[in-house]
Amino acid sequence: MPSLAPLRFRLNGHPAEVPAEAARILLDLLREDLHLTGTKRGCDLGTCGCCTVLVDGRPTLSCLTLARLVEGRSVTTIEGISPPQGLSPLQRAFVETGATQCGFCTPGFVVTATALLRDHPHPTREEILRAISGNLCRCTGYTKIVEAIETAAGGGA
Amino acid sequence: MAEPTTSEYRLIGQRVPYVEGPLKVTGRAEYTDDIQRPGTLVGRLLRSPWPHARLRAVDVSAARALPGVFAVLTGERYPTTFGVLPITHDETAIAVDKARYIGDIIAAVAATDERTAERALALIRFDAEPLPEYADPRGGTDRVPEPIHSRGLNGSNIQKEVVQHFGDVDAAFARAAHSVRVRGNFAGVTHAFTEPLVTIAESTPDGRLTVWSATQVPHYLHRSLSEVLGIPMHRIRVIKPEVGGGFGGKSDPLPHEIACAALALETGRPVKLLVDREDVFYTNHGRHPTQNEVRIATDADGQILAYDIEALIDGGAWSSFGTVTTYYNGVLSMGPYRVPNFRYRGRRVYTTKPPSGAMRAHGGTNIRYSIEVALDQLAERAHLDPFDLRERNALPPNSTTVNQFRITSTSFRKCLAAARAKSGWDRKFRQLPYGRGVGLGCGFYISGSNSPIHFTPVMPQSTVHLKVDMDGGIAAHSMQADIGQGSNTLLALIVAEVLGVDIERVHVQRVDSDVSPVDLGSYSSRVTFMMGNAARSAAEKIRAELLTAAAELTGRPVDEMQVGHERYFSRVDPEVGVTFLEALHRAMARSGALVASGSFNTSPLGGTFKGARAGTAPAYSFAAYVAELEVDVETGVYQVETVWAAFDCGRALNRLAVEGQIEGSVHMGLGQVMGEAMNYRGTRLMNPSLLEYKIPMPQQMPKVEILLVGDDDPEGPFGAKEAGEGPLIATLPAVGNALYDAVGVRFTDLPITPDKVLKGIDQRRQEGRPWKGA
Ligand code: FES
Ligand code: FES
Repeated sequence: MPSLAPLRFRLNGHPAEVPAEAARILLDLLREDLHLTGTKRGCDLGTCGCCTVLVDGRPTLSCLTLARLVEGRSVTTIEGISPPQGLSPLQRAFVETGATQCGFCTPGFVVTATALLRDHPHPTREEILRAISGNLCRCTGYTKIVEAIETAAGGGA
Repeated sequence: MAEPTTSEYRLIGQRVPYVEGPLKVTGRAEYTDDIQRPGTLVGRLLRSPWPHARLRAVDVSAARALPGVFAVLTGERYPTTFGVLPITHDETAIAVDKARYIGDIIAAVAATDERTAERALALIRFDAEPLPEYADPRGGTDRVPEPIHSRGLNGSNIQKEVVQHFGDVDAAFARAAHSVRVRGNFAGVTHAFTEPLVTIAESTPDGRLTVWSATQVPHYLHRSLSEVLGIPMHRIRVIKPEVGGGFGGKSDPLPHEIACAALALETGRPVKLLVDREDVFYTNHGRHPTQNEVRIATDADGQILAYDIEALIDGGAWSSFGTVTTYYNGVLSMGPYRVPNFRYRGRRVYTTKPPSGAMRAHGGTNIRYSIEVALDQLAERAHLDPFDLRERNALPPNSTTVNQFRITSTSFRKCLAAARAKSGWDRKFRQLPYGRGVGLGCGFYISGSNSPIHFTPVMPQSTVHLKVDMDGGIAAHSMQADIGQGSNTLLALIVAEVLGVDIERVHVQRVDSDVSPVDLGSYSSRVTFMMGNAARSAAEKIRAELLTAAAELTGRPVDEMQVGHERYFSRVDPEVGVTFLEALHRAMARSGALVASGSFNTSPLGGTFKGARAGTAPAYSFAAYVAELEVDVETGVYQVETVWAAFDCGRALNRLAVEGQIEGSVHMGLGQVMGEAMNYRGTRLMNPSLLEYKIPMPQQMPKVEILLVGDDDPEGPFGAKEAGEGPLIATLPAVGNALYDAVGVRFTDLPITPDKVLKGIDQRRQEGRPWKGA
């Protein structure tokens, strides 16, 4: 029988304790066990970025991460990034510039860009492009996504 | 980019953020896979490892016996055929008798969890006899030993052949001053939406079946479920949650959706069936691999005399939209130029590969590339600027094409003028240094298909219901399917505009066949035009009631009352007025909540010959794009730096959404011209992942200068036409022709990858044809 020892980590700022077998994938744990469905499953193969979460503040593909690896660490999902009421400045910029169309890639982009702006409050266009190059969007052509990140950087400083 | 709009409208023409945007950016928007019904079983599909095989016997006993397995289904349980077009039903939910491509569904399982389901699949034993595989459509045009479908033409694998001739093409070529021939070859491309295919189905003891699915066309899914499962439509409820992109790939009723529902019926439990990314590639229904040949003749002044077109289209295993595809590859060349003589022969041939279907700018993309490249060559022959050649041939407004398409509005000439001026064409074309180039490509697309796919019973193409209750909120229902293009926002925008209220009052309801009136869904770029008109008509009915109530309250005649912002007032005496809520509550005294239904239908268009309806549309979009690019002549790598996209979508109702559609279309078009391809070795798909099937990176995205120049369309809602698919088409030839300007090589084999660019340059040098001094 697979072991179901509890996994302890910080989830969106709160201590969490979840039974998880050794092979459990972080994305499955978040979506299936914890019902945090804001993190999306686009490919399950590390190729789309829809499943991006922050592990100790770093953008991480949760579909490629064994849940066991976050033992004792801190995980932030899109739910943890969103304020209890309203939107973060970056989220507001995404809405207002039209950086979200179908929206399926959006949580991944918001998570990635949140980390970027935390580390580089005024990123260059190059830095933005590099930061989002692991996130696929098929709807927007990236134009308005880059614009949204620039807007948030300009306005939120 | 924001140009202030001065217009008679308050919201129409503004940049209106998506109404559901806040839910999407916080991860709170609910997609199908986010729905968790208690007691849900996991559905899994077994797919054929054979490209073509007769399925003789199957043993599912071991799979059924596995603890945790609730159902194992094979094809004969639901053998009724279906398909998106009623005339070509050739699919089954699960293969019956034969498997027709690697990836064809041959069994379905429902089990308590993923691992058990996978184990059950591994225990299913087939006795299969391999049959000849057909990778190349050229090998299927004559009688074949083992046709893929019995309905192929005269024992061949031809699914559909279209032959059309208008005027006298041979006579036109005989008197032509110039003529060119372009042979295009186009690899298949696929939608690559980010949300995988997924369906949940649940059958309940009240005799009902509920299906949640990532679909663009909930109504056709509803019909197909009913037909295949033998359940009347009113006992089936189809719900479309948020959909993560479609681009045509979620517009066929798909076999996994029906298989999932069948598993739910079998087990009495909810079943979720998530198609993994690899299998999304096998499901495909993307743009057809195509070979075409275009001959164009002009007189000495560059006036087009005739088109002579052939297309050989690789259909893959099923018909899907193929009959439409076969027509479109010919008839969508009827604009944006006047073509007095036209001949077309198109054949779509089944192969034992994943099915092709409808993908953004369906049927109009590949043929347009070859035509626009041919026109570029003709301009060169006739010593004309490519803009002048096109200008001279532009279809005039309010005209009829040789195959009897009705053209009403066209701002194509304005598109040409804007693209030419803004791109600086006259000082760049043939004048930029070697390796740098500009190219022109133009576009033409239907704004909705005039004939619905299903025409029984006769009913409007779109219906919208509104309910306004005492809280002042307005519920809007319609089966129009927002798949990210912004149609929910458009619905809210139109209702708010007509009623004069804030857009926040309008609550667009999730598509649910129990409460949403039928709209045929998101395909053929029909939603803005058709749902927009239906929404307007419904809102005008509510407005009439509110204005009557306002007249009663103010004691003024109703025809004196006018709509303001959240208020209705006398145009004679603007101080005299009532608020929206006051008018609403007065109107409700009579009837309770205000309800209204609006609908839109097309009137008959087109000729009476066979196939005359294909390509008829209530309006058409037009485009002229200039691409500027730089080629690294040592590596063949090129970067498209700017695309000037002049587009005629009539009046842009939501500028933000239109811009998004154009930018996304340019990105998708660039993918097809620069690198995307479904790569096959024989019939085996070699790159079924987003790592190997590469869409353009953010770094490859050019600057897109959007030039919206359309005049109002006479029949579109507030003058609008489509902007969802047409904007893709012109991208490809603009890039192809810019490459020619840059390095002097004609590329007609897509995608144009760097190795082809290098080879082309080498060949030109070997032929001793210098270009721009190199
Ligand atoms: S789901 Fe993790 S990268 Fe695609
Ligand atoms: S908004 Fe649809 S994939 Fe990005």
